Amino acid sequence: MPTIMGLSGNEAVAHAMRQINPDVVAAYPITPQTELMHQFAEFHADGLVDTELVLTESEHSAMSATVGAAAAGARAMTATSANGLALMWEIVYIAASLRLPIVMPVINRALSGPINIHCDHSDTMGCRDSGWIQIFSENCQEAYDNALMAVKISEHKNILLPTMITLDGFILSHTLERVELLDDDVVKKFVGDYHPEHALLDVDHPITVGPLDLQDYYFEHKRQQIHAMTQVFPVIEQVAGEFAKLSGRRYGLIEEYRLDDAERAIILMGSSVGTAKDVVDDLRDAGEKVGLIKIRVYRPFPYDAIRAALKKLKAVAVLDRAVSFGTFGGPVYTDVRATLYGNGVNLPVINYIYGLGGRDIDKAQIKSAFDDLKNIVKSGRIGEELRFLGLRD
Amino acid sequence: MSEKSWKEIPIGGLILEPGASRRYKTGSWRSFKPIWFEERCIQCLACWNACPEPCIMVMDGKVTGIDYDYCKGCGLCAKVCPEKAHAIEMQAEF
Repeated sequence: MPTIMGLSGNEAVAHAMRQINPDVVAAYPITPQTELMHQFAEFHADGLVDTELVLTESEHSAMSATVGAAAAGARAMTATSANGLALMWEIVYIAASLRLPIVMPVINRALSGPINIHCDHSDTMGCRDSGWIQIFSENCQEAYDNALMAVKISEHKNILLPTMITLDGFILSHTLERVELLDDDVVKKFVGDYHPEHALLDVDHPITVGPLDLQDYYFEHKRQQIHAMTQVFPVIEQVAGEFAKLSGRRYGLIEEYRLDDAERAIILMGSSVGTAKDVVDDLRDAGEKVGLIKIRVYRPFPYDAIRAALKKLKAVAVLDRAVSFGTFGGPVYTDVRATLYGNGVNLPVINYIYGLGGRDIDKAQIKSAFDDLKNIVKSGRIGEELRFLGLRD
Repeated sequence: MSEKSWKEIPIGGLILEPGASRRYKTGSWRSFKPIWFEERCIQCLACWNACPEPCIMVMDGKVTGIDYDYCKGCGLCAKVCPEKAHAIEMQAEF
């Protein structure tokens, strides 16, 4: 029987980690991730996990220790936020290129400056090209579920890539929600034991990890990483199917919300999806044909699913909680636009940057995006492609 | 350059065979090569001690030559060779 608890996102993910019981967790505290590791350290102190908890002196070291442990053959995890993730940067790439199935919750927070500790997606967007799988969470339940699924996805023999699961800083990390926890033994069975094919501690089969890889093979190893990324979707769907049987909660690469007969839709990720669903419901009650596309899996980017979803629409708005300076607009917008060109799907796509540095997004703002789309459909004129929600003009 | 494709090599740059670095001949990196003069050598073994690879070939406690397959031309051997003996000289490879 699942246990229903009131948990913050941090606590929910800490419970997931308790149930996963990784061999090694290396951590350094940073707001708003701190509470996650506090909670996990408490589980550790209470003897509820037999994890080797490594308390490092920086995030660079935390990721390094996690990489070392994973290379040794351990199931290894860490967690971070914002500037901590930035400090891990160098090793984040190494984790992916060494094909180590590390799972890391990232509590999304603005990457300063000016100094800001609140939510936006600029931290994970900064490493969207690092070779990690990235899965975004709408609420605390999904954050918990994603943490469990990520282990199986990362460790799948066809994949062997690290996974970041994200939850919005403070908005989810520090907000209590109703969370259903699976039984400990159910999780234990679901994630299974980790048996790496190669491990430094397997002394009968000595290996070298991280050797020099110059002009002769570096390119080929990058090609392998690209190939692994192309194998991710079926594995995510297979794991989501297994998880649905245990929990009754089914997750896809994207979620289409009231999209079947919709003419206008918005695309977004993270906790704002919940607010946007409310707006869609309100507008549907008023007879408007609107819908929503939630992106769960951001890397690899689900091009086909999004293209198929967009086919039915007359106009769409992409809401980005991060900036990509010097490009068309936000990173999600750029990706969405790239899925369309040359594929026979042609519709007006506009971009809104919102919620930077934890700026509130409310229903009125999201409704205004739908209103703008209505005008675009009516007039046939797109106008400004890059727009802002909640910005003082 | 090796000929194997991305489908044929272990993932993540793993090397699955111990001692494989023997096959990685770093001698091609060299732009200066040490020349050893047997008649001037006093067999102090300072070069053998200093060589990071190790490329100073020794038989029965005596230097017998330099293994150019792995010598990167760092010049440490020539540097530590006693000035009076001057048994190792660096020579431009090209």
